[in-house]
Amino acid sequence: MKEQTTRAMWWRSPSFILDNRQQAQPYDTARGGALSIPPPPSTAMADPNPNPNPLTDKISAYYQTRAAHHGVVSSDWLAQAQAAVGHIPDVDDDAANSDQGAPPGEPFSVIDEFNNWRKQPDLAEAVAAIRALAAVIRNSQATTMMELEIELKKASDSLKSWDTTSISLTAGCDLFMRYVTRTSALEYEDFNSAKTRLIERAEKFGEISYKARKIIAMLSQDFIFDGCTILVHGFSRVVLEVLKMAAQNKKLFRVFCTEGRPDRTGLRLSNELAKLDVPVKLLIDSAVAYSMDEVDMVFVGADGVVESGGIINMMGTYQIALVAHSMNKPVYVAAESYKFARLYPLDQKDLGPALRPIEFGVPIPLKVEVETSARDYTPPQYLTLLFTDLGVLTPSVVSDELIQLYL
Amino acid sequence: MDARRGSLPVPRVRQVGFFTPNAQPAPTRSQSGPPDSSSPPLSDSPASNSLSPVMIPPPRHHSDNLAAAPRPTSPLPVPEPSPFRRRGADNNNALLVGSYNPAETLLAMSPSSSHVGDGESEETMSGGWFRRSNSGKLASSLPSGTFDFSPVQSTAEALKPNKVQNPVGISEVSARPAPKEQQPEAPSSSKQPKPKLTKAERRALQESQRAAKGGGKSVAAPEEVATIKSVKQHQTQKKDAPQVAVSVAASERKGGDKSQEKERRKDAPAPRMQFDDKSRVEKAKRRSVVDQTEAKKRVELFRHLPQYEHGTQLADLESKFLQLDPMHPAIYKVGLQYLAGDISGGNARCIAMLQAFQQVVKDYSTPPEKTLPRDLTAKISSYVSFFTQCRPLSMSMGNAIRFLKNRIAKLSPSLSESESKSSICTDIDRFINEKIVLADRVIVQHASSKVKDGDVLLVYGSSCVVEMVLLHSHELGKQFRVIVVDSRPKLEGKALLRRLVAKGVHCTYTHINAVSYVMHEVTKVFLGASSVLSNGTVYSRVGTACVAMVAHAFRVPVIICCEAYKFHERVQLDSICSNELGDPDAIGKVPGRMDVNYLNDVSNSGNLQLLNLMYDATPADYVSMIVTDYGMIPPTSVPVIVREYRRDHLLI
Repeated sequence: MKEQTTRAMWWRSPSFILDNRQQAQPYDTARGGALSIPPPPSTAMADPNPNPNPLTDKISAYYQTRAAHHGVVSSDWLAQAQAAVGHIPDVDDDAANSDQGAPPGEPFSVIDEFNNWRKQPDLAEAVAAIRALAAVIRNSQATTMMELEIELKKASDSLKSWDTTSISLTAGCDLFMRYVTRTSALEYEDFNSAKTRLIERAEKFGEISYKARKIIAMLSQDFIFDGCTILVHGFSRVVLEVLKMAAQNKKLFRVFCTEGRPDRTGLRLSNELAKLDVPVKLLIDSAVAYSMDEVDMVFVGADGVVESGGIINMMGTYQIALVAHSMNKPVYVAAESYKFARLYPLDQKDLGPALRPIEFGVPIPLKVEVETSARDYTPPQYLTLLFTDLGVLTPSVVSDELIQLYL
Repeated sequence: MDARRGSLPVPRVRQVGFFTPNAQPAPTRSQSGPPDSSSPPLSDSPASNSLSPVMIPPPRHHSDNLAAAPRPTSPLPVPEPSPFRRRGADNNNALLVGSYNPAETLLAMSPSSSHVGDGESEETMSGGWFRRSNSGKLASSLPSGTFDFSPVQSTAEALKPNKVQNPVGISEVSARPAPKEQQPEAPSSSKQPKPKLTKAERRALQESQRAAKGGGKSVAAPEEVATIKSVKQHQTQKKDAPQVAVSVAASERKGGDKSQEKERRKDAPAPRMQFDDKSRVEKAKRRSVVDQTEAKKRVELFRHLPQYEHGTQLADLESKFLQLDPMHPAIYKVGLQYLAGDISGGNARCIAMLQAFQQVVKDYSTPPEKTLPRDLTAKISSYVSFFTQCRPLSMSMGNAIRFLKNRIAKLSPSLSESESKSSICTDIDRFINEKIVLADRVIVQHASSKVKDGDVLLVYGSSCVVEMVLLHSHELGKQFRVIVVDSRPKLEGKALLRRLVAKGVHCTYTHINAVSYVMHEVTKVFLGASSVLSNGTVYSRVGTACVAMVAHAFRVPVIICCEAYKFHERVQLDSICSNELGDPDAIGKVPGRMDVNYLNDVSNSGNLQLLNLMYDATPADYVSMIVTDYGMIPPTSVPVIVREYRRDHLLI
């Protein structure tokens, strides 16, 4: 099954579609099978970017990855991919084109390794980064501990700078560095055993991060009761896991999915849930307040959990949390602990925005400005609980954990 | 509060804050089994069949596997205490986020962890998981006994049992006061034999009762407390019939029997002097060096705070200078400066005090037949009481003194006198350097990262850290505007304004009356603090609470800049029980404005009482962020810092 999903993902990647169109082979049936989102009309694909937004070159890499995993192909991304093929291949397109990681003869590159891992759709970006960093230790030629640490630091910095908009990537790298290098084993052992120790720890950390989703799903089962209605925003793999497990436990509940414009991630989630025979209702994003009275709880994922205990998540989370708060509905956040970041936004505009193209279907006049920010910040007072692999936390414990970790 | 929510699920939640020392360790909840086979990703991981430390441990009791045995459909999860609330004895607080195997995450982990070597087996891993959840910061909202000299907190303590365990609770509380006091009308349906209480228990009980009365006014007192109150008042009313809750509390202390009083003084931190307690004030006066005339007219609610006629002591002290041989001149000088108001501001006062102590230590020689640690500590205590008479100590100074005494007590006895002295001096230098100077630098770094181009920053009063933040941001070339809000009578903002304008910062100056008018254009509020208390309450120059509240109403983020050495584990809900009174005349008179001095002839009238408060308490709700030397933290994390670094502060 994993193979299949990987392949399905691969089919959805822009470079593939590009190749596909060049070779004029009909793969559309396969795509339709893997995913019932109607394929974008071919005219839209052929069009250049209908939204002449000067900022398109600054699109967040994080959201590109998400789009790749979630099977949304925007025309402007395609245009970009086309450009990349035409000229010098860009880092990620390059990686997407190569089937395997760096061949053994070539010098090891952490980015390649990362991209290699990243191709697994079920693997979170941070986990991919963690595995890539573990590979750095394994392939290191360093002969002293200091050298190794510097090498690791460099690799982690290059990963972080590869995509500065991804909070979980940055946080995951930082956590890895903390977790792996903070061991007493480094003090007294000789280099080789210390290195194996590091590799062990690195692998364990990767394993733990990988399993985080399962743990969260288990922890949150207590909160889903029979007959409840859950509002879900965006497509979060953790939330999906939670709901999947609840369905497997024969809980009776129904789910409201928001549409999740602009990349319509809610549609995808509703597909997944329909496969599990969970009653699902789709709402457009603006119908949240309308249907909130039927909702018993709101479940969202998070791109990042910040020091204040608030979350940074897909655009629209804040307003849903506000509506839920005003109607006294609990808002639960499912997030792995590698998303905990030492950031402290004071308001919405405090963090650098991650931009994402938005299509309106019709050309937008040049004079009209478009808000392309992809995520917003939900302050902690609007969140009820955070389900993490460290346990079920109130928002204020996040800072407790961060303080203990980083200080 | 808790009792009412009995039927709702008690989620297994960890909270920062106060936790009860006797939280029931519960049978662990178990819900894991082997990971579901339906989840594809696990299958290819090498170690997927062994549980990782973060996995829920294997079942410990009955209904285990959620996947295997579908739960009986209870609509709500059973409110059972969970592993996350458990609180262990071990002090392994230095855990990591994602500290998946805490035994090896830190260099100096507990020696008890026998399984440090390899956390490979499931046993040890689950051990790791539980240790993490045991780590003592887990929760319940009950306060713990650690904040024992805070009357407010013990109010909460006094309220809690009553509320939670209704009538039994009452009888228990009322049946338990110190043996001498008989219950005339205890509503005891269950007349229990008086349990034997330890001193500590008795004291805690008394204190809580007293606090219950003191706090009864501010906390919406439930009936139970009212009952106690009436019972108690019945007992005490032969002594005097107090009108103010606080003075009830003080007179209560007199009521307690002598031996208890002594014990309490011995091992509890000395309670703050209540200045409406006549006998104590008399005693203190006899001891005091500074001859201060107490103000005659005092506001009723604030009688427990010291208030003196300003200007009377200075001349007197100066004349006494030559007679006071035991007082070190450096101490004397700093004390006078406090008195005259030449040194003000938390950091400046603290540094001046520490440097004076440093002088003392340098000039110190141990008298014959005495040991340095004991004698020096006693000396410092006497100096501290001198400072207190000059001006009440701030909480940050209290922390610094605690640090100093701790260092002296920890001196190795093998050191010679000169070595000990130089070691103390270096410690003081390090404290000043690390906790104040460097801390400020870190705070400035953090806080100025929050200043963006186009910001309008509002500052209130004059805090040196905030000033440094503004100047540093200006030096970085950020384009911002500052609104300096000021208030009578100190008008400290003017000095700040002068310095800012001299550096070329674009400023607006206004008084606090206009704060609601200017707030709409403000993007961030920067405030200093005299102290930050454990519940996130910010104790700061009077007016701060008002500014923060207005900012909150306008949804403007409020940023508090405060060094971590000013954090205090006390909890305070209002600014009444602990505060400082300034010169009442300062608000009655406006210097240089003869036309508005209406109060000149009235001020001697008996009906007029002037209240010049120095500090107020800003609730944590109004604070968006506290910038400290440990980074930017939410106000809820103050107890975390206090807990994690308490030892640090004492030892550096």
